[in-house]
This record gives sequence, C-alpha cells and structure tokens, in this order.
Amino acid sequence: MMPALELIRRDLRLAWRQGTDVAMVIAFFVLTVVLFPFGVGPEPNILARIGPGILWVTALLAAMLSLDRLFQADHDDGSLEQLVLSSPALPAMVLAKCLAHWLTTGLPLAVVAPILAILLNLGADGFVVLVGSLLLGTPVLSLLGAVGAALTLGARRAGVLVALLVLPLTIPVLIFGVGAIDAALADLSSRPHFLLLGALLAAALPLCPWAAAAALRQALE
Amino acid sequence: MDAMGGFLAMGGYGAFVWPAYGIAAVVLGGLTLTGLRRLRRSEAALSMLADSQASSRTSVRDSAP
Amino acid sequence: MLHRFANPTRFLRVAAALQPWCVGLSLACLAGGLYLGLLRSPADYQQGDTVRIMYVHVPSAWMALFVYANMAIASAVALIWKHPLADILAKNCAPLGAGFTLIALATGSLWGKPMWGTWWVWDARLTSVLILFFLYLGHMALVNAFDDPSRGARAGAVLALVGSVNLPIIKFSVDWWNTLHQPASVLRIGGPAIHSAMLTPLLMMGVAFTLLFVALLLVNVRAEIAERKLRGLRLARAAEV
Repeated sequence: MMPALELIRRDLRLAWRQGTDVAMVIAFFVLTVVLFPFGVGPEPNILARIGPGILWVTALLAAMLSLDRLFQADHDDGSLEQLVLSSPALPAMVLAKCLAHWLTTGLPLAVVAPILAILLNLGADGFVVLVGSLLLGTPVLSLLGAVGAALTLGARRAGVLVALLVLPLTIPVLIFGVGAIDAALADLSSRPHFLLLGALLAAALPLCPWAAAAALRQALE
Repeated sequence: MDAMGGFLAMGGYGAFVWPAYGIAAVVLGGLTLTGLRRLRRSEAALSMLADSQASSRTSVRDSAP
Repeated sequence: MLHRFANPTRFLRVAAALQPWCVGLSLACLAGGLYLGLLRSPADYQQGDTVRIMYVHVPSAWMALFVYANMAIASAVALIWKHPLADILAKNCAPLGAGFTLIALATGSLWGKPMWGTWWVWDARLTSVLILFFLYLGHMALVNAFDDPSRGARAGAVLALVGSVNLPIIKFSVDWWNTLHQPASVLRIGGPAIHSAMLTPLLMMGVAFTLLFVALLLVNVRAEIAERKLRGLRLARAAEV
C-alpha cells in the first residue's frame, strides 16, 4: 500500500513541477475543440448536435498525447527498471501510475470540458452528464493507455504507434460516453450508459495493470 | 449465350457479387505473389552469398602455401 | 513435437515438402467450391443470387478469426517456452489475417448494400471485426517499430494475447446483442441451419482458404528464415573484414 502511495505522490510532484506538461494537454484540448466551429461553421444547432462527439473525441486524443509521460520518461532516466525489479506487485505500481496520470490528465479535462461545452452551444441538460461521463470514462483511457505505452516503450514513433494501438480499444468508451450525453439531451435516462461505462472501468481496473506489467517485463528483458 | 448473360447478371445483383469475388481474388492473389516473390528473392540471395563464400574459401586454400 | 521443429533446418524441410500439397489441395477445393457455389447451388428464397457472396464472405470471416487464434497461440508459445520459430510464425500470421479480414469487411459491405440497404452499420459484429482489422495492422506496425527484432516480437506477442479478448466478442456478438448481422447458422449448438446444397460449397471454400493460409504462412516463414540467415551471414562477413 505504502509504496503505491509513494509512487502516486512522486508522480504528482513531478507533474506539478513540470506544470507545462499538464497545461499543454489542456491547451491541445481547448485548441482542437475551438477548431471545429471554424471547420463545420458556427451555426449553433449543428454545433449543439455534434458537440458531445467533438468533446469526447478530442478528450480521447488529448489523453493519448500525454501517455509518453507515463513510462518513457522513467525509462529514460533508469527509474523504471528500478521499479520493475524492486516491486513485488508490479500491477499495483502500474495502477498507481495510472491514477497519477489520470489526476493530471483526465480530471483536468473533465473540469475544462463544461467551459468548452458553452462554446459548442451544448444544451443545459447535458452539462452534468458531460462531466460525469468524462470522469467515469477517462480513467479507462488512462488504463488502456498504460498497456499501449508499455508495449511501445522504446519504439520508433512511439507517440503515433500508441495512439494507433489504443484508439480502437477505446471505441466502446467513446460510444457510451457520447451516448450518455445524447440521452440526457433527449430527456432520456443516461443510467444504462453510465452503467456500461462503469462496467468497462470495472473490467479495465484489474486487467489493464496486469497486461501492462507483463508488457513492461517483456520490454525490460 | 443467354445463359451466360444470366450467369453474369446474377439475378440483377451482378454489380455486387462479381466485385466481391474480385476483391477476394485480388487480395489473396496479391498475398500469394508478394509471398512467393519474397521467398524467391531471399533464397536467391542466400545461395549467391553461400556460393561466393564457398568460392572465396577455396581460393584462399589454393593460394595458401 | 514442438521441440523437434525448433531446428529451422528440419522445419524448412518439412515446410518445403508440405507446401505443394497444401497448394494443390487448396486449388482443388477452390475449384470445387467455386463451381458448386456459383453454378450448382440454388439462389436463396429471400436474397436471390446475392447469397453467392456468402461463399467468399463467410470463409474469409472464419479465416480472420482462425488466423488470429493461431497468432495468439504462437505468441503464447513464444513468450512461455521461447520457441525460436513461434515468433516468426506469429509475425507472419498478421498480414495474412489482415487480408482475410479486409475481404470479409469488403464482401460483407457488398452483400449488405443490396440486402440491408446500407454499405455499413455500426452494430456489434461489424464494429468488432473492424477492431480486429485494426489489431492486425497495429500488430504489424508494433513488431516492425523496434530496431531490435526480438524486442518487437515480444511486444507483438503481448499485444496479440491482450487483443484475443476480441475473439469471443466477435463470435458471440450476434447472440448477445440485437444486431443487423444475422446470427450464427453453421457453428452453433444444434448443428448447421443451412441446406446441404449451400453447406457443401461453403465448407469446401472454408477448407480451400485454410489450406491457402497454411501454404502462404509456410512460404513467408521460409522466406523470413532465409532473410535472417542472410543477415547473420552478412554480419559475420563484416566482422571478418
């Protein structure tokens, strides 16, 4: 328990010191969302219709961008090897790193999203569900991303490669996340979508750290 | 002749059935050709290299006192 | 049995002997299946002649799953027993699997347009097969993204095993969810649900595709073994100088 907490604290401290990393992910999120009105036209009805999809897809892409911070930086300075060799429960360590990653990526995205939703003329019913779906869905992105990041450790063009590997696996999260918001906007219950998002998180929590740990061990052989 | 026309028309669905078989043929044919070419190229290069190594070894032996 | 084929030379000998048989039998089944499927089998009561697309669509879909299963097993063998040929087998399964998946997706689309009225629909079966296609491409990209080929092979092996959760989803998606794609008619409890006049050419095409896959796999694995020998010889030569 203690080593895991220590790890989270260390990662958060590093992220705090390197504040620009987190800021860049948020900036990318904001910038990409802002591009859409220029691309599809500023008509409010169209933006409102595709708004949930835009917010979720860009959140997905922003989450992918920050994955190199997860393992690569530690691998470069040698601390990853230390971590793998010295941990009795590597999946727990991976889970700790995923939590730290989410706190510095998914959580800020969920906080910033409502502001961007105003720019996209999202209906009033959708705001709470938007934040809720992102809060429940972005941890799954961090977990799936950890598996991808571990697999591509040391690869050429690892940034693009990890996105290519992980994005197809995140499609169910995207479907249910947007589905929840659309349901709320149509005055229907978002509960089934949230339940499914919760199920995905429940499945990812034990499986992804284990798979990522296996990939890390293979990478450092 | 008319039977041939009927066969090609596939009950009006010819525009769907034949491209389907065509795509399958192109993809599988492509995989076969690239595979065979790869095998031929690598085995040829390997035998060339093995031959030149064998000949260089014999020439060294001949020139040795 | 596995360990007998750890020796590449022995494997190459067996592969070279096996290859012409696979090719010959495959061509024979292909000819028979095409003849029966295109000429002798009846048109469907509801679907008319479009049902003939089934004779390429279904076998290629079967192969898409079968090749992935092979790739996953080879990957497991490579990771657990470090069998030297398992890595090479897994790596060369991926392009073949991608090809079969592409055929399944394209022919399915061509079948769907006249039958369902749409080229594509985001139901569980089609979406999970599309994800399978991306998994194959991702595997190929991952294995080739490392300067050290054994590192690439290990990463690909882990990816293949992780992605195998997709296989049961594909197979049972038409049972679990209400999808546009029709439910299983051949591999199901209770036996096949289609007429033997259609089942026979379907199975012949399935056998033909399987044998073709084995033949192509042998061709590519032989080529890869030769390529690695080449690289080794060239490196040794450079070291001599």
